[in-house]
Amino acid sequence: MRLILEVWRQDGPDAEGSFETHEITDATPEMSLLELLDRLNHQLVENDQDPVAFESDCREGICGTCGLDVNGVPHGPEDNVPACGQHVRSFTDGQTVRFTPFRARSFPVVRDLIVDRTGLDRIIQAGGTISVDAGTAPDADTLLVTHDDAERALDFAACIGCGACVSACPNGAAYLYTGAKLAHLALIPHGKEERAKRARSMIAQMQHEFGPCSQIGECALACPAEIPLLAIAAVNRERLRAGFKWRKPN
Amino acid sequence: MSATSDKQTKQKEAPVAVTIDQLRVVGKPLDGRVPDVHPREAWTDRKLHYNLVNPNNRRKFKVIVVGTGLAGAGTAAALGELGYDVDVFSFHDLPRRAHSIAAQGGINSPRARKVDNDSIDRFVKDTVKGGDYRGREEDAYRLGEEGIRVINHMQAIGAAFAREYGGQLATRSFGGVQVSRTYYTRGQTGQQLELAAAHALSRQVAAGTCKLHSRQEMLDVIVKDGRAQGIVVRDLVSGKVRAQTAHVVILCTGGYGNIYYKATLAKNSNATAIWRAYKRGAFFANPCFVQIHPTALPLMSKWQSKKTLMSESLRNDGRIWAPRKKNDDRDPNTIPENERFYFLEERYPAFGNLVPRDVASRNIRERIDAGYGVGPLHNAVYLDFKTGIERLGVNVIRERYSNLFHMYEELTGEDPYKTPMRIAPSVHFTMGGLWSDYDQMTAIPGLFVGGEAGWAYHGANRLGANSLLSGCVDGWFTLPYSVPNYLAGLLGQPALDPKDKAVSDTMKDVQAGLDRLLDNDGSYGPDHFHEKLGAILDRYASVSRSPEGLTTAIGLIRELREEFWRDVKVVGEGDRLNHELETAGRVADYLELAELLCVDALDRDESAGAHFRTDHEIDGEAERNDEDWCFCSAWQYPEPGGKHIRNFEPLTFRAVPLQQRNYK
Repeated sequence: MRLILEVWRQDGPDAEGSFETHEITDATPEMSLLELLDRLNHQLVENDQDPVAFESDCREGICGTCGLDVNGVPHGPEDNVPACGQHVRSFTDGQTVRFTPFRARSFPVVRDLIVDRTGLDRIIQAGGTISVDAGTAPDADTLLVTHDDAERALDFAACIGCGACVSACPNGAAYLYTGAKLAHLALIPHGKEERAKRARSMIAQMQHEFGPCSQIGECALACPAEIPLLAIAAVNRERLRAGFKWRKPN
Repeated sequence: MSATSDKQTKQKEAPVAVTIDQLRVVGKPLDGRVPDVHPREAWTDRKLHYNLVNPNNRRKFKVIVVGTGLAGAGTAAALGELGYDVDVFSFHDLPRRAHSIAAQGGINSPRARKVDNDSIDRFVKDTVKGGDYRGREEDAYRLGEEGIRVINHMQAIGAAFAREYGGQLATRSFGGVQVSRTYYTRGQTGQQLELAAAHALSRQVAAGTCKLHSRQEMLDVIVKDGRAQGIVVRDLVSGKVRAQTAHVVILCTGGYGNIYYKATLAKNSNATAIWRAYKRGAFFANPCFVQIHPTALPLMSKWQSKKTLMSESLRNDGRIWAPRKKNDDRDPNTIPENERFYFLEERYPAFGNLVPRDVASRNIRERIDAGYGVGPLHNAVYLDFKTGIERLGVNVIRERYSNLFHMYEELTGEDPYKTPMRIAPSVHFTMGGLWSDYDQMTAIPGLFVGGEAGWAYHGANRLGANSLLSGCVDGWFTLPYSVPNYLAGLLGQPALDPKDKAVSDTMKDVQAGLDRLLDNDGSYGPDHFHEKLGAILDRYASVSRSPEGLTTAIGLIRELREEFWRDVKVVGEGDRLNHELETAGRVADYLELAELLCVDALDRDESAGAHFRTDHEIDGEAERNDEDWCFCSAWQYPEPGGKHIRNFEPLTFRAVPLQQRNYK
């Protein structure tokens, strides 16, 4: 297959960027979109040109490292599939495929298709954890968790932290990401003592760096882990619940 | 590594047969500093004799942790919780990206709640026997004993383990074991454990005890006065080379399986940190012990960038078979029962599809090589869930493996609920790694190792679901005891002055290495050489190895290394993000490590676990030689031009008497 690749090139956060056009003549339908970029880079290196900087690691959809927009859609044309699982077979011979970095003010470009997503981790640092030191945990069978609660917690805990939800959102909101963590931790008994505090601090940090939610729902369509839109409700629910707690906010 | 000889003179040279004595010298016996008590008591005894650091003094000690996988994030978080001043380095953008996240099936723990007769002793027996008696019994005991607390801790910090309907933790069985001791979260156990660990690290970052240095790749260890006192890193964004000094350095940088070019490992996993530590004086243990996982997706096309693991847990309910007819291209669903060969079930009735990984891999490879492979390239066998679905119903199968089935469908476009999966063996885990004593300290005092980067626990073959366990045990419940014991002896001493000559010298070495790559006037990118190296290792140092093949491989690797330095080109600049430069450095290290891997495989004149020598087999099974080879090989970096030096740590077995493995 022949494909035209339009790729965003940008040297650094403050540099001017621009599109570069390349042609791949030997693409095959079963190639993933990242393998298509591998192919392009192989070609560029052969011609002594700088390869396109893009990120990936596990290439099996779990690490969340890959993150780029394809024809303006996070990860690529198929809903709920990470870039490493998107395939050339979604395109037709001769088609133009446009690669751009995740688009969000909170994700500054590092180089080419690589963005800085440390803002996501700052939301976790604000309180997305359970304060139990090594060795101090009670026996794991003493706190029972129903089968269904564990399964539902896992539905939310499956978030791979790629940031596609932020890039998909016209507002650059991180509600789906934050809500997934809040819902996951709200569904298991461990750390319930910190539940209200966690909600307040994580949501405050989220609002500090990311945009507001207008309930558009693009995030859930893009999410490779299929985090349900319910996660957004979880943000609001946890915020409301924290507000009703009479303990002083800290 | 001179680049003077050109291709023509090379061709004239007849291949010179080398013997192992021309390649290596035997060094000294090593002391693992294991307490001289019954293995069951060793860890208790060791902990009792450890020195402690007063809580007020802990913040005066600077600790470097490299890597944020289960071992690294755990160590850093636990030492941070205790009050040490920790600097954490990772080449990723976020700590959660570390490759532990991709582990699927589960984590073992001999909590022994069920009445299936599990116990710590049985866990040790399984682990030692599964490892074919080439690991320490005492390490296995620590793994089992601390494994109980690991489940409690990981659950408490947020890992949502699967639960029974009564609310208790659920378990399943795994290969090489006849009890049910594997805890899991669907097919994404590694993800849930890694997130819990990385988030625990985030808690310490917020608390100020851990400082995170992301997108920094470690390129050297600073050794001064015989102690590891810091590291040199390259900032992957700015390209700047800088140093960080500390009282102690802990490497949790993962395994070297990517040396085979296409493995199940993440693209960035590499051997550079441990290899550079080796070149500064740490010993490399058993580099030839490489696990080939039986159930990975086969290669299907030229540009396929890696192989993808399909969890071993699938073998609980999936049955492995190949057609009885060669090159049978029929739709598998149309092949009648009597034309299917369930070769694991027939050959190993006691364990069936749940034989250990090495046994499964060799049998699958044997079928494929004999011409019974399936799929477009005839390089796979079937993993069939039909019986499982009939027995348990599709919902149970979905609940157990939905994300694996989903992943398979995403990658192949086929539905495994209806059509059997196609699977093939792939390099997956390296049991070898930096040699360490019982405290996880390497041959360089002050340099510790955790997780897959080390050699402990797994001997010559790792049991499924024991790697998440070893990462967690090292991280949360071993290094936080043993590292303070070392630090206690340094009380009152400041960390190495960043202006010290040892620091600037090491930085100069690193910069020179980078410049050498950037200035090399070649014509092929580093990937070209990596691919060639992978082909050599795949052919000569994979599921089975012969002395002739290994000798050939060593010659080919040496040639390839020369070719690399003659002909590699690294496009782009050193002062910015440059993946080509990163790759080139890693491939240069692989080209050296590959030789050691083959020398070790040639040297180890027996079959053991994953190391299967064609000249040491009985009826197709590995033939161990306990008389001559019951030790861990710990290779020492030689002087330039010198032979490889093989030190050895003798292994003794008291709790699990030596016996030939038998899964029939």
